Amino acid sequence: MKQKRKISNIIWITVLTVASLLWLYPIVMILFNSLKKETAISTSTAFTLPTSETFAGISNYVSSLTSQGFLKSLGYSTLITLTSVAAILICCSMCAWCITRLNGIFSKIIYYMCVLSMVVPFQMVMFTLSQTADKLKLNTPFNIWVIYLGFGAGLAVFMFCGFVKSIPIEIEEAAMIDGCNPLQTFFLVVVPILKPTMISVGVLEAMWVWNDYLLPTLVLDIKKYKTIPMLIQYFRGSYGKVEMGPMMASIMLTVIPIIIVYLFGQKYIIKGVADGAVKG
Amino acid sequence: MHKALKRYSPIFVLPTLLAFIIGFIIPFAQGLYLSFCKFTTVDNAQWVGFANYNVILKDASFLNSFKFTIVFAVVSIVLINVIAFGLALLLTKELRGTNIFRTVFFMPNLIGGIVLGYIWQILINCILSLASKPLLALNSSAGYWGLIILMCWQQIGYMMIIYIAGLQNVPSDLVEAAEIDGANAWDILWKIKLPMVMSSVTICVFLTLTNSFKLFDQNLALTGGDPNHSTEMLALNIYQTFYARAGALFKGYGQAKAVIFCILVIAISMLQLKLTKSKEVQQ
Repeated sequence: MKQKRKISNIIWITVLTVASLLWLYPIVMILFNSLKKETAISTSTAFTLPTSETFAGISNYVSSLTSQGFLKSLGYSTLITLTSVAAILICCSMCAWCITRLNGIFSKIIYYMCVLSMVVPFQMVMFTLSQTADKLKLNTPFNIWVIYLGFGAGLAVFMFCGFVKSIPIEIEEAAMIDGCNPLQTFFLVVVPILKPTMISVGVLEAMWVWNDYLLPTLVLDIKKYKTIPMLIQYFRGSYGKVEMGPMMASIMLTVIPIIIVYLFGQKYIIKGVADGAVKG
Repeated sequence: MHKALKRYSPIFVLPTLLAFIIGFIIPFAQGLYLSFCKFTTVDNAQWVGFANYNVILKDASFLNSFKFTIVFAVVSIVLINVIAFGLALLLTKELRGTNIFRTVFFMPNLIGGIVLGYIWQILINCILSLASKPLLALNSSAGYWGLIILMCWQQIGYMMIIYIAGLQNVPSDLVEAAEIDGANAWDILWKIKLPMVMSSVTICVFLTLTNSFKLFDQNLALTGGDPNHSTEMLALNIYQTFYARAGALFKGYGQAKAVIFCILVIAISMLQLKLTKSKEVQQ
């Protein structure tokens, strides 16, 4: 019995190893192609490794970093993600705590509107949203976070409400009796308890904002500001010959930081995904 | 406490509520209204009643993308959930290297849809050209399967994490009791593990369902709807109606399509939640 289990374990580990190598292959393939010379990149040779003749070193990376505004886009994407996630975490946790504790008819309306906004497809609001954003001058990377706060509020309020319900109300009442006003109670007592949920919500919202393509495309002025996904799309969509080398280098340059962040923050990211699964 | 909080409630609720009104409620209400109008911007709308809806229900490209989306969603939901559940079972067996496998399988999820689409476009085009088949831009069945593979590659890791969390919550004494009673691995899977993780199944099916229906970035980047709109899904079809052509009529059509799309997504996800929730057991 034990022997049999050992053999089956070895088989499963082999299967999983092969599967995970296949899983990684698409990224490795782009890495190899990004190291090739422009002339050596074609549709049918994407699988071949760079040889000494076709090896281009890091020249594609240099040209991608120096042109096409890559660094600028990286800056915009970082700015938008940081401001949006910060706004979502602070405002939505306050809102969720307040509506859960008051729990009146008004609270219920807000809560169900948030649930609705999670299911509604973006296409339903994309045109009117971009026009509203233009009118209110929310169309730069510096204040687009207002839009993200509005659109990301659904998931965040929903998750925070779920967690606040599990916090015993006595702790907060004790703080109030000791003379805290609601703001002090929230920031000194509730926020520390909410910290793990904050990290999970932050992870999920950051994954969404960083990779979002359509919202910034429609809201921002594409000639002035491009986020990373917009840059990649613009790269491919522009007329004329696409330079494949710098294109693949740009893809790698967007993928590598994500992988580094992932490897360091894996624990939180995976916990965030598992915590986010409380819908229904 | 209640009274004090009520006095302070504007400070707590207003920032989120205002942003929510700007970012969701106003655009949603306007969008609903504009679907009955002819317009180029929000300010020059002219009421036309159900005219937009009459036109789009006869629009072949819309009906075609409707069919394509449903066929895509069914296949991808089944594949993603079955494979993700299988992987989760393997990775809760305490095999060696479980953490590494989990890390690898989850990784594609962090890469955005646009980038993923281009990575797979390069890869699939290479396979097609080596097999001397037409490339993605001219090959709708390759486009369909490409989208399925891409979606599986991206989503399996995510759903696997949720299933692992569910399986880890199955009490081990239940499994042990069944083993002592002589149940084999197959019985334990079907009669204990699966019923105990039904709540994870509900969530995963919900997520894959809404993700497949709303799929846009990957569709735009991988095939762009080529050849001749045959791999265009609903979200992309609506986007093209809005922005690919100029003219007052098309915006109204686009908005009417979006309303139908929205109703469809809400209806299907409600139905699904009801169906799978009824199969959940209380722990």
